Amino acid sequence: MNFSLNDEQMLFKESVENFVAKEFPSDQRRFLNESEEGFSRDHWACFAELGWLGLSIAEQNGGLGGSALDLALLMEGFGRGLAPSPYLASVVLGGEVVERAGSSEQKAAILPALVAGEMLLAFAYAEQGGRYDLARIQVRAEKKEQSWLLYGQKSVVFYAQSADKLIVSAAAAEGISLFLLDSGASGLKLRSYPTIDGLRAAEVILDGASAQPLGAPGEALPVIQSAVDRATIAVCAEALGIMNALIEMTLAYVAERKQFGTAIGKFQVLQHALVDMYMAQELSKSLTYRAAAALAAEDSGTSALAASAAKVQIGKAGRLIGQQAVQLHGGMGMTDEFAIGHYFKRLAMIETLFGDTDHHRRRFASLARE
Amino acid sequence: MELSLSSTDLAFRQEVRDFIRAKLPVDIQSKVEHRQRLVKEDYVRWQKILYKKGWIAPGWPLEHGGTGWTPLQRHLFEEELAAASAPRIMPFGLSMVAPVIMAFGSAVQKEHYLPRILSSENWWCQGYSEPGSGSDLASLATKAAPDGNDYIVTGQKTWTTLAQYADMIFCLVRTSTEGKPQEGISFLLIDMRSPGIEVHPIRTVDGGTEINDVFFDNVRVPQANRIGEENKGWTYAKYLLGHERTGIAAVGRSKQELRQLKAIARSEPVGEGSLAEDDIFAGKVADLEIEILALESLVLRIVADETAGRAPGPEASILKIRGTEIQQRLSELALEAIGYYANPYIAEAREAGWNEAPIGPEHATNIAPHYFNWRKASIYGGTNEIQKNIIAKMVLGL
Repeated sequence: MNFSLNDEQMLFKESVENFVAKEFPSDQRRFLNESEEGFSRDHWACFAELGWLGLSIAEQNGGLGGSALDLALLMEGFGRGLAPSPYLASVVLGGEVVERAGSSEQKAAILPALVAGEMLLAFAYAEQGGRYDLARIQVRAEKKEQSWLLYGQKSVVFYAQSADKLIVSAAAAEGISLFLLDSGASGLKLRSYPTIDGLRAAEVILDGASAQPLGAPGEALPVIQSAVDRATIAVCAEALGIMNALIEMTLAYVAERKQFGTAIGKFQVLQHALVDMYMAQELSKSLTYRAAAALAAEDSGTSALAASAAKVQIGKAGRLIGQQAVQLHGGMGMTDEFAIGHYFKRLAMIETLFGDTDHHRRRFASLARE
Repeated sequence: MELSLSSTDLAFRQEVRDFIRAKLPVDIQSKVEHRQRLVKEDYVRWQKILYKKGWIAPGWPLEHGGTGWTPLQRHLFEEELAAASAPRIMPFGLSMVAPVIMAFGSAVQKEHYLPRILSSENWWCQGYSEPGSGSDLASLATKAAPDGNDYIVTGQKTWTTLAQYADMIFCLVRTSTEGKPQEGISFLLIDMRSPGIEVHPIRTVDGGTEINDVFFDNVRVPQANRIGEENKGWTYAKYLLGHERTGIAAVGRSKQELRQLKAIARSEPVGEGSLAEDDIFAGKVADLEIEILALESLVLRIVADETAGRAPGPEASILKIRGTEIQQRLSELALEAIGYYANPYIAEAREAGWNEAPIGPEHATNIAPHYFNWRKASIYGGTNEIQKNIIAKMVLGL
């Protein structure tokens, strides 16, 4: 048993943080937020060159075969610099689903291109009527001779408009199934929009959209669940980076901002607020790394429990740290000009992804009931 | 990062587990399980068993009688003790004054005191707080005036845990009023049988008398009983605070109490089911269990750092704050869980040998006194607010 990062992991973490700090200064971020796709294809090519797009993809599929902990360190780095990209949508979710469910032909057609940065994926699993229940699916899949047609609507599909292929969960006669759609498929319509934290997403409208099955029809739920658990830990790690940045910025601000003739960081009530934020961060970090390591150890029982535990911890710590960072910045925390608000918004939106705090508390309680 | 134990550590844990199962006296274990009062003889009997095995002081260096275990093995040992409902090892001698004697004591002091601490021949208590000096400890006023080769000590210490059992007390006393208050304090080892010492019990809200006032009326103490230099006591006291911090989180004990809490919840009826199935209560328990997991993960991170040779710094104050918050939350939820049966108070039920039928469910006995008693946890050892001041200053640089 050893709960620390090894030298290689520490080096990797540092190199990600340096890259992100250099490539995503706040004016660049602002520019990307207002750009057509919400991210830069040049950055994406850079990610491919650095090997990041294949980090968690198995070696036989052209990736590096890194662990869930490696992935967490990368996501933490993205969070620290609030670097916008379709990484979570395309690689973490899309890549994982194709790896676990795809046929060898499908894997060969998709994964090397994904790793090379030549193909983007999006994963449409959520629906308006399903809230966080991955199995509550209204989208229907009907088999017509040799092809499948999809009917219904998917919610908040991140970076769908940039994706070359969409992966969609649907209810077929066999049960819950996954399907692969080309972005230009007939019967597929996107209603695209920016998100409040500066990303891109779309409602996906399927009106007889033709699709090919990804994996055996009826056997998709465990694949979806595992991809979502992996992504849950990835966003927890992204949140760690955000919390760390918020605390650093707030510490700098209270040291510099003067009122009543002194730096406001000298006031005990503000010091204790910052200590509470710091403690929440340290506990979140410990639990998230532990959850990532549990996932890497491929013990599905403990990893589901640990993923839900981490999401609850991150949800509560995220609210505390985000809200207090704004509070301690006073009026400046409310302005669009300061980075604080941007980090705060991303942290708040992370809570809504893959099940909020209440959802994961409930799941944890049912898994932990002895 | 490796979550599972190596075969060496698994074997180690099994050895500890087997030993405790074979040697922990059943009567003592039962008292701990039922939250009954342990008396001096209980603690000493168990400590002597560990001493005989060579396991009483895992935190000590080998040459003084330590075990040579890794930080992880020490952590596992504490976990096993807690899981088996073993009594806590009294810290005042073994993990508080002993490290100070080792670091700053004279050869004579080491030779005299350390073996007696190790064998539990001497019971120690701590003389820090005074009626006028709590969080502002450096303002302490108990005076030690030189008189030949002795000091004459006069004043009052308070909140002294189990002073009624103690053979020795380590005290911070004022030897100078010049300069900053911290610079006039000395660290004295005082025999509790010295003429002029009186111990008066303080009854606490839960009905117990584990803490005391200790009065010093012209008590003669040899200067040879001073640790290190005169007026340097504050430095030694701070060193003590930096010692043995991971145990302070008491994660093992909290995990054990969580198991008990869940068992209580399963046997308390609500509607057609049990309290364990009640959504609102189950949510509170889940939150607490997640907090324990997070704290345990942090402890294991610090253990890993220690193994790599990085001693825990002031961030260990987090462990005290979160550890005690969690313990208090556990005591709170247990109190909630037993409903009406929090009310009956049978003082004798806290004592071993009480064998009348319990009032209400057996698991309700002593839950409420424990809840009231455990409010002390966020106050002792430096209040949690003082711990936050330490983190703000030492870690965040505020």
